[in-house]
Amino acid sequence: MHTFELTRPTDVTSAATAAASANTAQQGAEIRFIAGGTTLIDLMKLNVEQPHTLIDLNRLPLGNVETLPDGGLKIGAMVRNSDLAHHPAVLRDYPVLSQALLSGASAQLRNKATTSGNLLQRTRCMYFRDTAMPCNKREPGSGCGAINGANRMMAILGTSEHCIATNPSDMNVALTALEATIHIQNGQATRSVPINEFYVLPGDAPQRETVLEPGDLITHVTLPAPVANSKSLYLKLRDRASYEFALASAAVIVKIESNQLSYARVALGGVGTKPWRSKEAEQALAGATLSESSFRNAAEAALHGARPQSQNGFKIELAKRCLTHALKLATQTA
Amino acid sequence: MSDDVNKNKGLGTDAPSGFGSSSRRAFLSRLGSVGLLATTAPLARAVPPATSEPPTTPSTPTPPQTGLPVTLLINGTEHKLQLDPRTTLLDCLRENIGLTGTKKGCDHGQCGACTVHINGRRVNSCLSFAVMHEGDEITTIEGLGQPGNLHPMQAAFVACDGYQCGYCTSGQIMSAAALMNEPCGPHDADVKELMSGNICRCGAYSNIVAAIQSVRQKKLSAS
Repeated sequence: MHTFELTRPTDVTSAATAAASANTAQQGAEIRFIAGGTTLIDLMKLNVEQPHTLIDLNRLPLGNVETLPDGGLKIGAMVRNSDLAHHPAVLRDYPVLSQALLSGASAQLRNKATTSGNLLQRTRCMYFRDTAMPCNKREPGSGCGAINGANRMMAILGTSEHCIATNPSDMNVALTALEATIHIQNGQATRSVPINEFYVLPGDAPQRETVLEPGDLITHVTLPAPVANSKSLYLKLRDRASYEFALASAAVIVKIESNQLSYARVALGGVGTKPWRSKEAEQALAGATLSESSFRNAAEAALHGARPQSQNGFKIELAKRCLTHALKLATQTA
Repeated sequence: MSDDVNKNKGLGTDAPSGFGSSSRRAFLSRLGSVGLLATTAPLARAVPPATSEPPTTPSTPTPPQTGLPVTLLINGTEHKLQLDPRTTLLDCLRENIGLTGTKKGCDHGQCGACTVHINGRRVNSCLSFAVMHEGDEITTIEGLGQPGNLHPMQAAFVACDGYQCGYCTSGQIMSAAALMNEPCGPHDADVKELMSGNICRCGAYSNIVAAIQSVRQKKLSAS
């Protein structure tokens, strides 16, 4: 690990300003914010990240969860995953978020990992994590080792010829279905970005994963008020029962009126290069009857553009069944 | 070990004894130090000569003389240290403080052997920089209980034979002790889910679950 300077600011503006002189806020940034550290320290040990400056966010006053006047929820950037998962408002109004958080990592990691840190969780692609391997995300232009290599865990949606790395987060899938908004401060200026516009597809620049620019500090995330009488659910399929990344997952929010779906939001995990909102599935579900065939139709629509690699073709059918089953479970309990 | 920073550890001092004093560990530690001094003169020079050292108790290794000043509160005792910022809390505990009860397994947050409590919550000490924990209350297995005064979870692991080789055990116990204060359903499956961050290569899982359930049962019947 390369050595670094550590600063521990106590106010948000100082923290954001301290990162403004970085050349990038993306892969390889020489100035990095550190929150829980569960991704960053891991990658620093692997020399995948080599920042010369770390700005510790743990003294910033960003650790609260508040109910908003409009009935929505404001989640501070430094709220730990375990605290968010067990927060009464989340359990009551956004069970999909609690379920997604509790399906990720281990209890120890959830105690450290934060809301903003998890938004920026890095891929588990083994070529990205191994500096002896080619990886366009880590070293632009070096090639993609996964495309002709071990790609069983890789993405089937949103890939490019330069990168097929999966976004590994569970929380982000739930936040995507919930149509969360990311709030960012840069110096004194603030802006907000809908989560579905926060992540960018790899295209020909996979080193760029989000819209974040140098000096951008995520301060909080907001959720819209819960849809009255809706039900939500997160279903995660993986190689072992616990402490494993998703092969496929689905976050669904549904509302039933007169035996039809009057509201549906769908996001998929484990299959996309970013948390995968499926408006195609939502359109297929609009006004649909509560039947396995309409759920399967939605799943077919969601995976319509999927592109398998040599070892992960099974993910297409797995993701379809995952979404179909998630919709079935959510509507059974509705 | 993975980091160069550990080479600055104080030489020739014994780790505090855990179970049983003047142990195999102390012997090996002395042996290792002699070997290091004999073969790596530059490293030995990096440590101040013994004559200039302030008097220290045998259980407090000399901290490196460069780095960031930090005061850590570990098991109720304040430790004033100078640390390379790269030092993980795990390495700091083992190499700088001499608390070797906390174990290094994977060093990447995947095995749970390094689990400690920070402000009462379990975390992976390998994924924490020590200098970020000034002002925090850090508890290790040594602070949880000691021979003659075992924490109920330590006693339960002994009673239920919740280990084989023992390497993961301190992490398992720290994790299990913290689990007692977390939301957890009543079933074995609930315990297994919340203990999935602690890997046991010997496969003592069923006895670990039994140990945890026995402590939870006692707590239930006492309340």
